[in-house]
Amino acid sequence: MTKITLGLVARTPGASKRNKTGGWRTLRPVIDETKCKKCWLCVIYCPDSAMKKGKKSSMPDYDYCKGCGICAKECPSKCITMVEEAR
Amino acid sequence: MVEDSSGKDEVEQKELFASGHRGCAGCGEMNGVRQVLAAAGPNTIVANATGCLEVATTSWPETSWEVPWIHAAFENAAAVASGIDAALTQMKKRQGINLFAFAGDGGTFDIGFQAISGMLERQQKVIFVVYDNEAYMNTGIQRCSSTPYGASTTTCPSGTCSVGEQHAKKPMAMIVAAHGIKYTATATIGYHADLKRKVKRACELEGPCFLHVLAPCPTGWRHDSADTIALSRLAVDTGMFILWELEGHNLKDIKLSRKPKERKPVIEYLKAQGRFRHLMNRPDEQAKIQKQIDEQCAQFGF
Amino acid sequence: MMQIMRGNEATALAAKLCRPNVIPAYPITPSTMFPERISEYVADGELDAYFLLAESEHSAMSAAIGASATGARVCTATASQGLALMHEMLFIAAGMRLPIVMAVGNRALSAPINIWCDHQDSISERDAGWIHFYAENNQECIDFMIMAFKVGEDKRVYLPALVGLDAFVLTHTMEPVDVPEQEKVDRFLPNYEPHCILDPKNPMTIGALGTPEYYMETRYALQKALMDSSAVIDEAFLQFGEAFGRTYQRVASYKTADAETVIISMGSMTGTARVAVDRMRAAGKKVGLIKISVLRPFPHKELKAAIGNAKTVAVAERAISLGYGGPIYAELAGHFVNDAKRPFLTSFVLGLGGRDILPEHFEEIVAKSEKALAAGKMEEMPGWPGLNREVL
Repeated sequence: MTKITLGLVARTPGASKRNKTGGWRTLRPVIDETKCKKCWLCVIYCPDSAMKKGKKSSMPDYDYCKGCGICAKECPSKCITMVEEAR
Repeated sequence: MVEDSSGKDEVEQKELFASGHRGCAGCGEMNGVRQVLAAAGPNTIVANATGCLEVATTSWPETSWEVPWIHAAFENAAAVASGIDAALTQMKKRQGINLFAFAGDGGTFDIGFQAISGMLERQQKVIFVVYDNEAYMNTGIQRCSSTPYGASTTTCPSGTCSVGEQHAKKPMAMIVAAHGIKYTATATIGYHADLKRKVKRACELEGPCFLHVLAPCPTGWRHDSADTIALSRLAVDTGMFILWELEGHNLKDIKLSRKPKERKPVIEYLKAQGRFRHLMNRPDEQAKIQKQIDEQCAQFGF
Repeated sequence: MMQIMRGNEATALAAKLCRPNVIPAYPITPSTMFPERISEYVADGELDAYFLLAESEHSAMSAAIGASATGARVCTATASQGLALMHEMLFIAAGMRLPIVMAVGNRALSAPINIWCDHQDSISERDAGWIHFYAENNQECIDFMIMAFKVGEDKRVYLPALVGLDAFVLTHTMEPVDVPEQEKVDRFLPNYEPHCILDPKNPMTIGALGTPEYYMETRYALQKALMDSSAVIDEAFLQFGEAFGRTYQRVASYKTADAETVIISMGSMTGTARVAVDRMRAAGKKVGLIKISVLRPFPHKELKAAIGNAKTVAVAERAISLGYGGPIYAELAGHFVNDAKRPFLTSFVLGLGGRDILPEHFEEIVAKSEKALAAGKMEEMPGWPGLNREVL
């Protein structure tokens, strides 16, 4: 456990990254690279900063993706499919 | 491992809002914050009211914030921000810093109202952003003066003798505009370019500015988590939420940001959300809401 | 330099001397003169500070927190209902370890509404984690305000501090005050170096959610800092004495050496108690007086030392914990309860809502205490000297 700071100030910005929310999801987004036009709307609309700009296409960060499905719904190229999370 | 490179020639901006927060899947508020911070940039300080945003992003030592951030209490984001503005100004550190107050609709329309009015009246250089999900969500979906007519919440539930929320949504942004401040605007997360432009405008003008951002809540509005962004656009496209902006105090200068070519009927918006489900067999109530929205849009000329 | 001034003017002048960066304030009787005087200083260019006229006391303390977290030296003033309105923010300021300084014009709490002197307002906030100074006179008003900055901002402390000054009796009454020189105050009070700061160059999250895993330890650390601040206060009092020629103590004794009965007092009524003690001594009674100048952290060691071998201790207070009795009495009794050798403690509530306190009241306190000692208990607990039973 972490030692407390004075006034419980959190002095490490972004320390929430230790909490891998990817474990929450039941569906995962899968990108069809061939169709992705790199418009980055999925990056803009993700509530969890869990879609990243890749060289060939957008790339889900599966450590944090909660599987909400916004990216798949919003993609104008329809290149994202929500598939059931592997057991 | 995620590749970190873009094919576009956009300047790659550091993410200012980290993953790992405890917002619901599909949370409109979390997305709203990402968009606002991306537009504002790292030279930013945030004073945040108690609510979903604050609680889900700062469970010590986990914090999603990569900008300086303070939370004091529920009703006083505007007052805390006023103090920050005063200190920065007095210590000659004010230049170039975007100072935001973030709150939910609870900490804005209701308990936060007084402190906002005071901050605006003192013309403090604060950009107040309300992430409006139309109820007190953090405590479990209780009504707020932001809750629209006919919505069911836990403190105004629909029932045999109740249509849900009885009162019209408080016209918060209009009340703010009447204070005569630098910039008042409404926006929503689904029209991201409009939101970005308005955030940048507010940052240019410094303050006081007020941004009313509609942010759907899958948990409270009872819709699929994938629909958050689309629903925010539907709110605008049906006229339920009007996008406008005003620089200065002359209400005649209000500019409509988006006029739907043809307004979609409100039933499309209502039927998409569980909080309005009880109205589905109430054509009289649906007509009432349509009439209210028609009148609201008429005031804006559409 | 000697000047005649009111207590409010003394606290405002102290604030000016300590060079605060931001002063958020809201007027309330009897402290209104503080923001008025500050605004005059600023208007005349005598004080370079951002004077923020908040729209309520709750917002004033909220703005103080925002400013302090941005690295500013901050102070304000309020009283009574205003202090009560700040209630949640007082706990928050202490929990965030922000050394805000506040003058409190000790005034009664509603209902009924009453603008006159008692200690109920700040006594009711004694759990919040602030350091509490109480002034007996206007000299102490100016001196304790300076001390409040010095101690609160100390790196071993980082806690907010208030200075209580009695409504009207001190706030509005003129007394001669030796005003500390600006250069000496500048030497006594170093620059404020905050432990946390809102700065884009070094982002921090201030005011995080403290889950059950961490909240209790954070509270423990605050309690420890507040209790340990007594040593810092003593050190600062000595330094103050060296710098300004007046040496204070958290607990001060008057004629207690051979006293059989001692009175414990706080605030301006101590002056009246001193007169009463002299009268009783002249009449042959072995009476003494103990003045509490710092109530938080609670000075139990110093009180016990001052009490010494006195047989009876009469706690006289200008506040009541409704449904119980005297709050300071209760706190003191708690420190004696396990001692094999302990004095007989009696409890008195007087001077509420501006009821004038007279030397006769202290004579009554001593007489009733002696009677209670003999009988083994008090007739009425607490006693209410000066109560007008005819109108009940």
